[in-house]
Amino acid sequence: METFSFYAFAVLVLGGAILTITRRSAVHSAISLIVSLVGVAGLYLLQQAEFLFAVQIVLYIGGIMVLFLFVIMLVNLDEAAKERQFNGQWLIALICATVVGLQVAWFMTKGAGALKLAQVPVAAAQTGAPVSPGNVEAIADVLFSEYLLPFEVASVLLLVAVVGSVVMAKKRI
Amino acid sequence: MAQSTFLDANELVLNMGPQHPSTHGVLRVILKLDGETVTGTECVIGYLHRGVEKIAENRTYIQFAPYVDRMDYVAAVSNGLGYCLAIEKLLNIEAPPRAQAVRVILTELNRITSHLLWLGTHALDIGAITPVFYCFRDREEALKIFENYCGARLTTHAFRIGGLQYEVYDGFEQEVRAFCDMFIPKVDEYEELLTNNRIWVNRLKGVGVLSGEECKEYGVTGPVLRASGVKWDLRKAQPYSGYEQYDFEIPTAQNGDTYDRYTVRMEEMRQSVRIMRQAVDKIPSGPIMAKMSKVVKPPVGEAYVSIEAPKGELGYYVVSDNSTQPYRVRVRPPSFVNLQALDRMVRGGLIADVVAIIGTLDIVLGEVDR
Amino acid sequence: METVFNHPLFLPVSMIVVIIAVFPLLAGYIVLIERKVLADFQVRLGPMRVGPHGLLQPIADALKLLLKEDIIPADSDKGIFWFAPVISTFTALTAFAVIPFSEKLAVADVNVGVLVIMAMSAVGILGIILGGWSSNSHYPLLGALRSAAQLVSYEVALSFALISGLMVAGTLSMQGIVKAQQDRHIWFIFENYGFMIVPFVVYLISATAETNRAPFDLPEAESELVAGFHTEYSGFRWALYFLAEYANIFVVSSVAVTLFWGGWLRPFPAVAWLEMPLNVGLPVLIFLGSGASSLILVKKLKDPVQQKTLVGAAFLCMGVAVPFLIPAVNAAIIGLFWFLFKVAVFVYIMIWFRGTFPRFRYDQLMNIGWKIMIPIGMASVVVNALLGMLRAS
Repeated sequence: METFSFYAFAVLVLGGAILTITRRSAVHSAISLIVSLVGVAGLYLLQQAEFLFAVQIVLYIGGIMVLFLFVIMLVNLDEAAKERQFNGQWLIALICATVVGLQVAWFMTKGAGALKLAQVPVAAAQTGAPVSPGNVEAIADVLFSEYLLPFEVASVLLLVAVVGSVVMAKKRI
Repeated sequence: MAQSTFLDANELVLNMGPQHPSTHGVLRVILKLDGETVTGTECVIGYLHRGVEKIAENRTYIQFAPYVDRMDYVAAVSNGLGYCLAIEKLLNIEAPPRAQAVRVILTELNRITSHLLWLGTHALDIGAITPVFYCFRDREEALKIFENYCGARLTTHAFRIGGLQYEVYDGFEQEVRAFCDMFIPKVDEYEELLTNNRIWVNRLKGVGVLSGEECKEYGVTGPVLRASGVKWDLRKAQPYSGYEQYDFEIPTAQNGDTYDRYTVRMEEMRQSVRIMRQAVDKIPSGPIMAKMSKVVKPPVGEAYVSIEAPKGELGYYVVSDNSTQPYRVRVRPPSFVNLQALDRMVRGGLIADVVAIIGTLDIVLGEVDR
Repeated sequence: METVFNHPLFLPVSMIVVIIAVFPLLAGYIVLIERKVLADFQVRLGPMRVGPHGLLQPIADALKLLLKEDIIPADSDKGIFWFAPVISTFTALTAFAVIPFSEKLAVADVNVGVLVIMAMSAVGILGIILGGWSSNSHYPLLGALRSAAQLVSYEVALSFALISGLMVAGTLSMQGIVKAQQDRHIWFIFENYGFMIVPFVVYLISATAETNRAPFDLPEAESELVAGFHTEYSGFRWALYFLAEYANIFVVSSVAVTLFWGGWLRPFPAVAWLEMPLNVGLPVLIFLGSGASSLILVKKLKDPVQQKTLVGAAFLCMGVAVPFLIPAVNAAIIGLFWFLFKVAVFVYIMIWFRGTFPRFRYDQLMNIGWKIMIPIGMASVVVNALLGMLRAS
């Protein structure tokens, strides 16, 4: 059952991702991306990470993708595509893809030993909290103790982005 | 903004109407939108055009009288009064005092029904779904008086050239008094629902502002003009039908926004009741028709008579060539003229404001298109 | 047979079947109640023709909608147009899975229950947006844009209100929240020295906005956008949108009841002597009373068929009172009674809003969301956290 679910979600993730970059209509691409994100959420659920599953859906699908769709609908992208081309950077794209591909290959050959970072929260979850309350507390624990600095750095980054967007939008308001 | 991005190049053209719940009939407004902000409008009218003015040239004076009821069909009595006054001026006769008093009562009653319809639909446009039923409930009482008087409720054809066709029925005075007593608390009830409602105030304050000067430039009249601070009411300025005998105020407001137009109209309903009370207390006895020949055949000439209809100045310009049919009838409809100001009022507002402003102009498409 | 009843999946599966089978009918009756209540506000009668006092109106409406022609606009994006209402309905009904109707009656007790409901309502937005976009028409598009902006904004305020509640409860599980209230002998609306009323008000306003109800019904503002995002929809697809809307109303009311008003608990759950009057007396009084009062109305009806139908309905209503008199059965269903009773109060409040308020304008809606609701929501999280620490120490 679990294996079957895994492959089903994996198909969703990969199929959605492929459709995202192949569909011509921007809205169709966005919908494919949503399908892909749903698949990722499903994979989280398979890993018994209910909190991540819910947050993935609330944030990515309910927040980010809705805003994507909002912009796509507001701006007629078909016309915008004629005005400026974004796909003239294939060389950089190729380099990036190669680097990421190499990384993935390296991790895959190394196996579980390479994923040292990811094991810390799991360990904390096992020691810190009893099994029943789930991983909400565990994540919070790790996030606000072990990873406090990265968390705060990320917060500052987001704050900068918020302030920046307000400054840019202010001209229009 | 100095440089325009491709976001700005995206102008949405929205076709509002002729089939739209809140264009009050078959008005078509083409809106140019930037997001939800209106950058320009264009009114397309004529979907209800019946050529009323042309029909007039092929009917006798008396035959044409019912047609005017079909122009502003929510204020049919006022239309009839204006037309009758114009022909009476051509004939150089005047309705007898008793007829004039009844005319005033019915016209003011009609002003109330017209304003009630406006209030209900305006509130409905703003999203308050309850007041419309209250308004129609009380409008019903006024319509019953019309029905008892002349048999019709909407297109009443209540008056005749030279006076009245019918004597008032038994109990007319009591019914009018009962309506007046019933109605004032009801106006308070509407005001309780809306006047201090935060959402209502926020939706109307500062929306569709029109200054007194602009009103004069556009020729806007009626409550819209008075809400901009211009104290102009034809009942006071050029009294007709004996309005000079009655004691009433001209309600005005200063800001010229949609909220002020609302308060002005609410106060006008109260003033109408005041006029009706005075008129019904002293209906003189006497004939109801002026002395005139059976065939209406005015001498060669022309006449322009304008009255204060619920929506503004309603003018009839009639040219006679000494035949039984008018040579030309030209109507100055308040709705049509007021509608001109729509573009000025809407520009820069949001779609929701367009709806509020169409509502506050209180147009009737039968009158705009004729 | 025993094994079937005792199977761990028996209760969840039967609950799912019951919810999917019963809720459309329930939604139909919520619509009828809405029409009747609004009619009462508006000095008129409401539906009166189908069945006595319009009692069978929902069934007639449902049949009509099922049999209507399914119109798909020629220039629409057909696949998405077809699928969008399904997303809305699916997510709205999925949220029912974690609602604790009573101590035993729930499809599942997920330990992130509240988040699941949030997630479902977040995905539900997509149904509206895609439906509006795929119609390929301006009014639906504007409706979709409005709803996207509105729902995303108010979801933030809604989350802050929920966080305040969750901090008091200390768990994300819907069942756990109610049990925490049971243990502490208090409904959370009165917790933290009464300060929880603030997040509750924020929640109520945001939830009204989330469900596109008046005065926040801008995505389907009739007088402005004709019908908003579902302008081009007709027949059964349109019905699906409405099913989703009423399901959402039910869900947000359930969350409010669970988080702030004690879920399936009766008032003063710890005061033992109230057991009899509240748990037996009140339901019996309500059902017997409404049954008896509708018997009085029978005489006024003229049509004999309608008279018989109303007598039947009245006896059915009185019959519902009987189980509450049997102690064993009472214990099983009293939780459900209190839960639905409280949800009904919230549904009534939402109808009341609709009958009373005019509609906000788009920019005012955004101002209220971002400049009033979210700051208040944030402040109440901080204040409630401090008060909670004070209370615990």
